[in-house]
Amino acid sequence: MSVIEVSELRKSYGGRAVVDGVSFSVEEGEIFGVLGPNGAGKTTTVECVEGLRVPDAGRVRVTGLDPVADHEQVARVLGAQLQQSELQAKLTVREALELYASFYPHPADWRPLAERLGLTDRLTTRFGKLSGGQKQRLFIALALIGNPRVVVLDELTTGLDPRARRDTWQLIEDVRAGGVTVLLVTHFMEEAQRLCDRIAVIDKGRIAALDTPQGLIRRSAGATVISFTPSAPLDEHDLNALPEVASVAYKDGRVTLSGTDATVNAVITLLARHHITAHQLRVSDATLDDAFLDLTEAAA
Amino acid sequence: MNTPVVDGAVLRTEIRLFGREPGAIFWILLFPTLLLVILGSIPSFRQPDDSLGGLRLVDTYVPITVLLGMILGGLQGMPQVLTGYRERGILRRMSTTPVRPIALLTAHMAVFAGAALVSALLALLVGRLAFHVRLPKQPLGYAVALVPAVLVALALGSVVSALSRTTKIAGAVGSAVLFPMMFCAGLWVPVQAMPDLMARIVGYTPFGAAAQALNQAAGGDWPGWTHLAVLAVWTVLLTAGAARWFRWE
Ligand SMILES: Nc1ncnc2c1ncn2[C@@H]1O[C@H](COP(=O)(O)OP(=O)(O)O)[C@@H](O)[C@H]1O
Ligand SMILES: [Mg+2]
Repeated sequence: MSVIEVSELRKSYGGRAVVDGVSFSVEEGEIFGVLGPNGAGKTTTVECVEGLRVPDAGRVRVTGLDPVADHEQVARVLGAQLQQSELQAKLTVREALELYASFYPHPADWRPLAERLGLTDRLTTRFGKLSGGQKQRLFIALALIGNPRVVVLDELTTGLDPRARRDTWQLIEDVRAGGVTVLLVTHFMEEAQRLCDRIAVIDKGRIAALDTPQGLIRRSAGATVISFTPSAPLDEHDLNALPEVASVAYKDGRVTLSGTDATVNAVITLLARHHITAHQLRVSDATLDDAFLDLTEAAA
Repeated sequence: MNTPVVDGAVLRTEIRLFGREPGAIFWILLFPTLLLVILGSIPSFRQPDDSLGGLRLVDTYVPITVLLGMILGGLQGMPQVLTGYRERGILRRMSTTPVRPIALLTAHMAVFAGAALVSALLALLVGRLAFHVRLPKQPLGYAVALVPAVLVALALGSVVSALSRTTKIAGAVGSAVLFPMMFCAGLWVPVQAMPDLMARIVGYTPFGAAAQALNQAAGGDWPGWTHLAVLAVWTVLLTAGAARWFRWE
C-alpha cells in the first residue's frame, strides 16, 4: 500500500484552477520531490495532503486515511514543515520543542534533534529573536518531533546557509533510512537531485513529468551536451541534420550540441569523415536544471 | 476519536507567556486597583453622600474597578492576541498536530479569565484594606454576578477577534468598543449616580447590567434576575457570533 495517494486532485481559488488534476503516490520509505516554478500549485497540493486545505475534487489518502475527515489520526503520523508559519514570539526554543513533543503519543527526544539542527545554544532564545535560518531549523525539528511515519517539508532549506543546507539534507537522508516517507517541495535542483527517489514536476497545477531524477534528465530532449572546437570549419547544415539533435550553437569557432547518445556517435562519424579533429571535446549529461526548464517550457 | 478542546500543556504555556507580557499584567491586574487607590486618595471621595444612599463615592467605584480589568483585557488584550495567533499562522501550525488549534484559543481565554478574576479580588481587597469598603454582604450573589461578567467579556473579545482580519484592526475595533463599555460600567458616572432613564438604558448593556448586579450583591441583595438575564443573553449572542464568524486562517 502506498503511504501517500493523491488522485485527480483539484483546487480552485476565485474560479481559477490552481491544482488541476494532480495524481501521484508515494511508497513507504521513499523521498518524493515536488518540483515546479513559483505559483505552480506545490504548496496547495501538499497542504491538501496535510489536511490543511480541503480539495474541491479528487482523493487524498495518507496511510489509507482521509487527511480532512480523519484529521487527528493523520496528524499523529504526519509531521509538517509549512512554507510559512510562526510561533508565539516569546516562546523559547526549548519550550516550543517540549510543547510540541507533548502533542504526540510517542514523541522523539528533542535534545538530539535540537543538537543535529544546531539549536542547542539557542534553547533559551525566544522565537521572535531567532534568525530566519534558526526559525527554519526549529520548524524542521518540530516536523520530526512526533516520530512521524510521513514528513511533508515545504521549501525545506529556504533561508538556510550552504552548510546548514547540507547538514539538513544529511538529516533527511537519515530520517528516511529509519523508514520514514518524505514528501519534499523544493525549487532547488541540487536538493531534488541529491535527495529524491522520484520527482513530480508540477507546472500550472498539472504534473508535467513524474520520474526519477535521472529519468527526467534522460527524457528531456537535450539530455546529452557535446561541445568541441573543430580544427576546420564545419557546415552548420550538417550539424543540424545529425540524428536526434535537440539544439545547435556554433559560436566563436566552438560547437555546442545537445541531443542523445546517438547524436554523440553521429558527431564522431561526421568528424572522421571530414578528417576534422575535435579540440577540447567535452561530453556531459544535462543537469536536472536543464531538464526542468525544458519540461516546464514544454508545458507552457 | 476527539481530542479535547483544552490541553494542559498549552494552558501552562499560555500562563507562562502571560507572565512575559508586562503590558497585559499592568493593565489587567494592576491598573484597576491603582485607579481605585488614586480616586480613594481624594478626600471628597471618602465623604458619605446622601444622593448615593449614604454610600461614599469610593464605595461605588469598587465594583467599577472590579469590572475594569475584564473590560480592558477583554477588549484590548485578548482580541489582539487571538487575532495575532491566526494572522501569523500559529493556529495553522497547530492544526497539523493531533491537538486542535482551538486548544490555543481556550487556553488564552482561560488565562485572561483567571487574570480578570485576580484583578477583581485585588480591587476588593485593596478597597477593604485601604478605604474600609465593605466586602460584598452577599458574597455568593457577588460571585454569581462576577462569573457571567467574565464570560461576557470573553465573548465580546472573541467577537472582536473574529471580526478583525488583522491585529491592527482588532486593536482599533477593541478601542472603539472599550470606551462605551467603560462608560456603561460607570467609570465616569457610577450607575447609582446616573439619571434614572440613563441607568435603565445602561442596564441593558453587558457591563451596565454587570455593574448593577454587583452593586446589589455588595449591598446584601441577591442580584436581580433581569441583570443576570441580560448578561446571559449577551453572552449567548456574542458567543454564537464569534463561533460563526471566526476564521482559522
Ligand atoms: N488561499 C488562497 N487564496 C487564493 N489564491 C491562492 C491561495 N493559495 C494559493 N493561491 C494561489 O494559487 C497559486 C498556487 O499557489 P501555491 O500552491 O502556493 O504555489 P507554489 O507553492 O507552487 O508556489 C498561486 O497563484 C497562488 O496565488
Ligand atoms: Mg509554495
